[in-house]
Amino acid sequence: METTHTLTKTQIRNALEERHSPETQAMLSAGSVAIAGLGGLGSNVACTLARIGVGHLHLIDFDVVDISNLNRQQYFIEHLGMKKTDAMQSLLKKINPYLDIRTDCVRVTKDNLTELFTDDSIICEAFDDPLAKAMLVNGILQLFPEKKLVSASGMAGFGSSNTILTKHPMKNFYLCGDDVSEPTYGNGLMAPRVAICAAHEANMITRLILGEEDI
Amino acid sequence: MTITANGKKVILTTETTISSYLEANQYRENRIVVELNEEILPKDQYSTTCLKDGDRMEIVTFMGGG
Repeated sequence: METTHTLTKTQIRNALEERHSPETQAMLSAGSVAIAGLGGLGSNVACTLARIGVGHLHLIDFDVVDISNLNRQQYFIEHLGMKKTDAMQSLLKKINPYLDIRTDCVRVTKDNLTELFTDDSIICEAFDDPLAKAMLVNGILQLFPEKKLVSASGMAGFGSSNTILTKHPMKNFYLCGDDVSEPTYGNGLMAPRVAICAAHEANMITRLILGEEDI
Repeated sequence: MTITANGKKVILTTETTISSYLEANQYRENRIVVELNEEILPKDQYSTTCLKDGDRMEIVTFMGGG
């Protein structure tokens, strides 16, 4: 038998404060993060940030959920064919219905970077395509040098967990991954290692929200 | 002249643009971000910017996957 629980905003807030402390939770609840790409990286980053009650999430992806996504992305069979922005928003609302979630189902290009990211102080690059990653990082660091950008490169396969690191190679730019592992035959993108890399991104974002800029 | 690229000292004996440095070191321009002396270098300046003695350059290459 299926049971439906409804929680009030106060109940959820109290539970988060009990785990995180009211002071920390106040900062997390005021946090605002854009997530560019809702695949293996972005879907995991979005879920973990929603779980700790990061209050304002801006989800950006142009794609729909495909069967090939289920090996590593946080979607379910019922989401196949849905826009990833809509599917992820519905999932996050099941974790915390009181989050402020903005969605943009668009392809990010050089031409819409300014309007898309103006309101976000922290941006998570979570694309799959290396050209899109480079475009976003070049664009954001030039257009918005004051914003914090957390990106990822190198997480395919089942190599050691311990080669995935968070680095701080440039001002306001953080890079997670092992720097080398691209998907190849037999070493594709797999849930465990992609999730490790996504968790590096999510934890760096959490640190930035809480005022820690060191890696 | 000596520059620092990704933390390592590099000696250059001829005038070198960012583009020629990237090509010589097999970087693909559409997969990277270049910071020169703590400023992001726009891609349209790669071919017109010459490296100078003491320059500090950081190059990040993006791998596919996410």
